[in-house]
Amino acid sequence: MKAPDLISSAVANTFRAKTRTLLTILAIFVGAFTLTLTNGLGTGINAYIDDTVTSIGAEDVMTVTKTAETPDDAATGPGGGTEGPAEYNPDTITSTQPGPPGATLIALTPTDIDTLKTIDGVIDAQATKTVTPDYIQAGDGTKYTVSAGGLVTGQTIQLAAGREPADTPADTADGSANEIVLPVSYVEPLGFSDNEAALGQSVSVAVTDAGRTQHVVPATIVGVAEESIAGAAPAIIPSTSLTDLLYDTQNGGLTSSSTGTGAAPDATTGASTDVERYSQASIWFDPNATDEETTALKDDLSAAGYTGSTVADQLGTFTTIINAIVLILNAFAVIALLAASFGIVNTLLMSVQERTREIGLMKAMGMGSGKVFTLFSLEAAFIGFLGSAIGAGIAIITGTLISSALTTTFLADLPGLNLIAFDPASIAIIILAVMAIAFLAGTLPAARAAKADPVESLRYE
Amino acid sequence: MSTPILSIRDVRRSYGRGQNRFEALKGLDLDIRQGESIAIVGKSGSGKSTLMHILALLDTPSTGVVELQGADTANLRGAALNRTRNKTFGFVFQQFFLTANASVLENVVLPMKIAGIPRSERRRRGLAALEQLDLADKAGNKAVDLSGGQKQRVVIARALVNEPSIIFADEPTGNLDSTTGAAVEDILFGLNRDKGITLIVVTHDEDLAARCDRRILIRDGLLVEDSAKVAA
Repeated sequence: MKAPDLISSAVANTFRAKTRTLLTILAIFVGAFTLTLTNGLGTGINAYIDDTVTSIGAEDVMTVTKTAETPDDAATGPGGGTEGPAEYNPDTITSTQPGPPGATLIALTPTDIDTLKTIDGVIDAQATKTVTPDYIQAGDGTKYTVSAGGLVTGQTIQLAAGREPADTPADTADGSANEIVLPVSYVEPLGFSDNEAALGQSVSVAVTDAGRTQHVVPATIVGVAEESIAGAAPAIIPSTSLTDLLYDTQNGGLTSSSTGTGAAPDATTGASTDVERYSQASIWFDPNATDEETTALKDDLSAAGYTGSTVADQLGTFTTIINAIVLILNAFAVIALLAASFGIVNTLLMSVQERTREIGLMKAMGMGSGKVFTLFSLEAAFIGFLGSAIGAGIAIITGTLISSALTTTFLADLPGLNLIAFDPASIAIIILAVMAIAFLAGTLPAARAAKADPVESLRYE
Repeated sequence: MSTPILSIRDVRRSYGRGQNRFEALKGLDLDIRQGESIAIVGKSGSGKSTLMHILALLDTPSTGVVELQGADTANLRGAALNRTRNKTFGFVFQQFFLTANASVLENVVLPMKIAGIPRSERRRRGLAALEQLDLADKAGNKAVDLSGGQKQRVVIARALVNEPSIIFADEPTGNLDSTTGAAVEDILFGLNRDKGITLIVVTHDEDLAARCDRRILIRDGLLVEDSAKVAA
């Protein structure tokens, strides 16, 4: 018997006992449906996390802070210390890193930045300048409080309109690098009719310097950013040169309060010592670095007295939990599939029993045992294929419906989250895996059929 | 005299071992020539079915030699044995062994399907075989919907379709009334006469046996009477 005939015979035989086949297919359907849905859940959530990761930080960037030298030096809170009050450290500043409110850490100085650059594996190091604007205002409109976020090379924003702020003045339209990206929630309050209308408009950002003097810096809106899970509070994202300007302004205290562009802090004011302290820095490493190399770099950093953490570190726990949940759900689905595979064994054993004489006849007519085995195994695989294809198909439909229903209801606060997403490759893997399980389940009855003695089978009444 | 198409020498076949050992065949010698029609008769349990199975290479003797066209079949194994069965033998059974829900044509082309003959040729030859048995109009019907006589004619068409040199018929008329039975007998003997197909019939119907060229009586695993030897 040729392969196409074997396959068509197997398919035809599958439909001979329709009710029995249908029930077996239903059992597999349940398993495949669950597996597809839980997998889709994992795919959807992880895709959202991946999107979010690039908006939190570039993959080849590590955030570096200076490690407190002893536990009670700075990091311990009230009551947590064992040796009494912490000793004063003039370099201690309030942390902007996630952590308990009020936690402090040691500031980084330009010397530290230079040290970081010398560490093996570090391509570049740059201080993170923290800017705390007072308000943002469009024209003479209402002033709104706002916070400012930073954007490092390689990091992307999920934009609703426009583009990302330029890195250098040369990239901008008018040569002034004072560009910002506005969070979408600020568009209407600032008096713009929609996202597109805000583009190219001028806004004023106010910062207060160390001398309690407020300075207003003009900026041009070049983009509107979507809110994401990562940007907990909506923040404007200024261009690099605007960040420098705002930073110098707020730390200088003696900068001109005029709306001059690119005004540098006066180096002779003596305030520069203040300016040159950063709560954290970013370092760039090889984007192709392996996990081992990244770990080695972290070890080198801690040996030098710094703490480095990548975006993956910051999101690592989250992803791990999601993966663990998906794995557990998948395990349930696999258990359902295993139960279904016993159904296949049962169905085919009954089928072999019923068709004993037919098997005997085929063998008497010169059909080899191998072909008989293949015929029954193919039947099992086909039952598996039907169950998994129908299961996966209906799971995709159900998942898409559930997902779109949730996106407009109680997941509406998480724009961009598609709770259940389907990846063609994993669907194919699920179908193939179920077929493989079905095939394995079919081997027992198939072997029994192949072993049948034609004489005995033909005598069977 | 030409080489017999089938020849067995001192064939014994036993089942079980020790205390339960049972000898179904106790040493048989038999030569069957091309084109003969032979009736193997005997009571139930005489060993006639075992003999047929051994002749049809469905079973192997415990000791002894089975030669097909002068070649020892002990050397036939696996694919070669399957091919020989497929090409050389046709089977007609008392219980028909048709696949109930498959069409008549599908049932008839089964041996060709097993042989790996292309679909179009299977169809052509299957229809030709049905035509020969006046069943061409039933080709699309389900086997289950046919009468007993029609079923047995489908079985004969299936046995014929691979143009075998030997047809084994195990109680071919056992499930048929005498009129239909006689019609089926006519077909079988017609094939034997017109196409020179060797016909080996296992039966305990003496009337059917009497129509054969040669009658072999088996009793308790031994050949007790061979009409050819009596005549000779």
